[in-house]
Amino acid sequence: MSLTTERLAPPAGVRAHTVGRVEDVPPGEGRTFVAGGAQIAVFRLRDGSLHATQASCPHAGGPLADGQTDPDVLVCPLHLYAYRWVDGVATSGSLAVRVYPVREVDGMLVVDA
Amino acid sequence: MTAVLGGRPEGLTSLSLGDDEFDTRSRLVVVGNGMAGARFVEEVLERGGGEQFRITVFGDEPHGNYNRIMLSPVLAGESAEDEIVLNSHDWYADNGVDLRAGVRIARADTAAKVVYGSDGSVTPYDHLVLATGSYSFVPPMAGVRTEAGELLPGVYGFRTIDETRAMLDAVGRCRRAVVMGGGLLGLEAARALQGHGLQVDLVHAMPWLMNAQLDAEAGAILKKSVESLGIAVHLDVLATEVLGTDHVEGVVLKDGRRLDCDLLVVAAGVRPHTDVAVRSGLEVERAIVVDDQLRTDDPDVYAIGECAQHRGSVYGLVAPAWEHAKVLADVLTGTDPDAEYTGSRTATKLKVAGVDVATMGINTPERDDDEFLVISEPRRGVHLSVVIRDDTLIGATLLGDTRKVAYLTQAFDRGSPLPEERIRLLVDLSDGAEEVGVAEMPADSQVCNCNGVTKGAICGAVADGCGSVGAVMDRTRAGKGCGSCKSLVKQIVEWAADGEVTEDPSASWYVPGIPLGKPELMAAIRAQDLRSVSQVFAALAPGGKEDAKSKMGLTSLLKMVWGHDYLPEKDAEFINDRVHANIQRDGTFSVVPQMKGGVTTPAQLRRIADVAEKYEVPMVKVTGGQRIDLLGVRKEDLPAMWADLGMPSGYAYGKSMRTVKTCVGSDFCRFGLDDSTQLGIDLETRFQGIESPAKIKMAVVGCPRNCAEAYVKDVGVVAVGAGRWEVYVGGAAGASVRKGDLLATVDSTAAVLELTGRFLQYYRENANWLERTYDFVPRVGLEKIKQVLLEDGEGICADLDAGIQRSIDAYRDPWGQDLAEPATPGQFRPSLPLVDLPKVPVR
Ligand code: SRM
Ligand SMILES: Cc1cc2nc3c(=O)[nH]c(=O)nc-3n(C[C@H](O)[C@H](O)[C@H](O)COP(=O)(O)OP(=O)(O)OC[C@H]3O[C@@H](n4cnc5c(N)ncnc54)[C@H](O)[C@@H]3O)c2cc1C
Ligand code: SF4
Ligand code: FES
Repeated sequence: MSLTTERLAPPAGVRAHTVGRVEDVPPGEGRTFVAGGAQIAVFRLRDGSLHATQASCPHAGGPLADGQTDPDVLVCPLHLYAYRWVDGVATSGSLAVRVYPVREVDGMLVVDA
Repeated sequence: MTAVLGGRPEGLTSLSLGDDEFDTRSRLVVVGNGMAGARFVEEVLERGGGEQFRITVFGDEPHGNYNRIMLSPVLAGESAEDEIVLNSHDWYADNGVDLRAGVRIARADTAAKVVYGSDGSVTPYDHLVLATGSYSFVPPMAGVRTEAGELLPGVYGFRTIDETRAMLDAVGRCRRAVVMGGGLLGLEAARALQGHGLQVDLVHAMPWLMNAQLDAEAGAILKKSVESLGIAVHLDVLATEVLGTDHVEGVVLKDGRRLDCDLLVVAAGVRPHTDVAVRSGLEVERAIVVDDQLRTDDPDVYAIGECAQHRGSVYGLVAPAWEHAKVLADVLTGTDPDAEYTGSRTATKLKVAGVDVATMGINTPERDDDEFLVISEPRRGVHLSVVIRDDTLIGATLLGDTRKVAYLTQAFDRGSPLPEERIRLLVDLSDGAEEVGVAEMPADSQVCNCNGVTKGAICGAVADGCGSVGAVMDRTRAGKGCGSCKSLVKQIVEWAADGEVTEDPSASWYVPGIPLGKPELMAAIRAQDLRSVSQVFAALAPGGKEDAKSKMGLTSLLKMVWGHDYLPEKDAEFINDRVHANIQRDGTFSVVPQMKGGVTTPAQLRRIADVAEKYEVPMVKVTGGQRIDLLGVRKEDLPAMWADLGMPSGYAYGKSMRTVKTCVGSDFCRFGLDDSTQLGIDLETRFQGIESPAKIKMAVVGCPRNCAEAYVKDVGVVAVGAGRWEVYVGGAAGASVRKGDLLATVDSTAAVLELTGRFLQYYRENANWLERTYDFVPRVGLEKIKQVLLEDGEGICADLDAGIQRSIDAYRDPWGQDLAEPATPGQFRPSLPLVDLPKVPVR
């Protein structure tokens, strides 16, 4: 499949980056990649869904890829702030992480950033 | 042994002023250079009495004046002798006071107005002050004295520095002590000797300890606290005979029992020294009778301190003695010729055998309409009571918790008004910061220091609709750091919600994502054969939904339940457990290799040094857990580092058994009673890496000096000699400080290992997630734990032993395991590169 098809075309100013293979991220865990100069954490949940966020925590720079996940949130390993996948906002409401669209294409992880 | 405390380097000679006939000052002679006599001289000098009087002080003891109260810490080895000197020989010389130390006065001739000294001296006086104190009373017992009338060698009173020195000299040679007397002195002596590693039996003739100050109930609680120190207490029984011909070998009790000992302390009360007064023809009843100006029946002779009997009372404490000294100094110097002493209301605050005790006035109600309020918490060793008559405090007893003593003393001394709610006399209905009352707290005052949450933020969360304490904590993160503010958070939420707080149903769940308590959860896991965290969610969570914050607790539980047969899932582990190292604030890790019992070797140290250099470790630090921490290690370096170290993991990261600290013990320490180091190594070997609801730290010490802090560990083991070990549980010295409870004293290291395993398994199976033993033990109760683990009260000991063995068998060193092959792809890939990752091609 080509990334240039209408349906998958990213918004203006945003490019699609293939960052690695799906198996690079073990089920339930996250790994950090670099896409377009930005560090991005990609997560593969046990239900098969993919999520991507900025790699460092807006609270105190914790490594989010080392966090724990469930279908609703990502929990930072340092001070356990929980960020919602839907909008990146912390459940405590104070902070938010940037979330990126991510999808699987031919076994590869593709992030729009 | 013979050094003069507070003496001059040259020796005993004191400046003798001689008899100067041109000296017109009147002669003031003081007999007794103890706490009352010396204080009296100070008070006289303070009032300018040096101009009025030629002062001569006779002291039976060769020493300067020292603080007798401090003999207890000296005996315990907690204070040095020279710390307790109050007035040295030089002080007397500097103040023109003629100290005749080492001279005993035999009698006074009140007609000729002279005193006769044991050195043959005859000293005239104008005013004579007797401050001869008391001596230890030795009750009649067969064999306690030699034919010459001396105490049998090995038998001591506890009154003077010389006796204290003699006992200190003896403890090294002795193993068993009997202390006669369960009052203040006896208890202090017992605790001190026990601290020197002696096995101590305390024999008290009365039915409860400190019967002069405490009521029966409080005495019983004190007994428990004393016993928990490892001292055996025998009540309501007299010792009738002392055994041994050249040296004490034991005592025989009235009921026929024999207690062996090589040291006997007689602390069965004191008797006022009245011999001088008797020989001088003064009026003596229980002590030397004095009036309100401390005058005896001879107008120029006075008596103060413990040798004086005033209005029928004889005091055994220092405070009244000092009041005597003041009043008499006022009278004699003419500063206040009408000064009167009208008696002391004795309020005492003591620390007896490590237990705080404060008493004032009476300890039980005497009249029908006396109010009597008692709070008794035997398990905590706390007993508090007050007696109120006509709205005035007339007595209080505080045992084990003396926080209210200042307030009560004031009420007692001044008769100040008492709170309508009497219970407020004994407890602060709220404590610490809460005292102010949450309503009055300003909105910007910080409630949770860890997460910087103010009262205002908590109220805001409530206003935004958070209906339960848990919801507020989730929203604001208040109480989610060290947890010490939780109760305050709860109060504020309750106040802000005006009582509309909903009960957190989840409060009783083991983890937030699964609506089951721990026992039900464990039962379901077993019944449905659930071996991985995702299986547990699928089977037991509402809608089968995963919950990130439940994963770590479930992993721990499954490892405990299944041992080998648990199905690991990396994502269910916290990052520390995924990479077997402790994450740092910058995303790097710390590496702490195992160093069992804190014992290492030059080779090991060399290897650690090499590794630290090779991997450019930014900090190498000796930890509080007696091993070495390599901090700031890059995640990707971890496996290679472990390989180079070739040492197993020290588990400094897990909710698991961490370290066993030890002291050098009998191998090297001159006080060591047993091989604490080896036992520590054995404990660490047996229980290494065992996962548990929260971390577990242990320590083993070779004697009760406790150099490796065993009293404040989850499991602390203390050698008490003769192959016996005390096992303490539930101690802590972290965010909470709590002395462990004595679970048992056992006879062998094998028994220590068995009991520790049994306790660990009981804790693992019954504690809440993240509940340390310092919360678990008091929650369940020591009595219950003893009953289950020592008496097999629930018939589960065999299961507990098997359960812990299963986990021990399942132990594998995680470093050795994961360095060959990562458990998951990219297990050690950096998550936040400090350097840029290699760029992936962009399409
Ligand atoms: C390294 C060390 C400090 C040191 O430089 O000496 C240390 C470091 C940390 N301690 Fe500690 N503790 C260390 C000894 C202690 C001790 C002393 C001891 O073990 O004898 C205590 C008090 C004893 C106790 O635990 O009761 C101690 C009580 C705590 C607590 C309070 C626990 C409590 O419930 O009271 C925490 C916080 C927690 O666990 O939630 C804590 C948490 C931490 C953490 C793990 C914080 C964290 O979650 O990241 C620190 C890791 C630092 C890092 O980046 O690696 N540390 N910590 C010590 C490692 C000992 C070891 O060799 O394993
Ligand atoms: C181990 C211990 C712990 C104590 N703890 C406390 C406490 O916590 N709180 C408290 O309030 N009290 C405590 N006490 C009691 C307190 O020490 C006494 O109440 C206080 O010392 C009394 O002072 P005193 O001057 O009357 O007697 P002492 O201090 O005994 O002084 C009397 C002195 O007179 C000398 N003397 C006796 N006869 C003659 C003579 N004929 N000629 C010359 N000299 C003579 C004696 O040798 C002695 O030095 C404790 C006592 C001991 C022993
Ligand atoms: S006391 Fe312990 S938890 Fe606190 S900063 Fe030091 S190491 Fe970290
Ligand atoms: S750095 Fe992520 S919660 Fe603090």
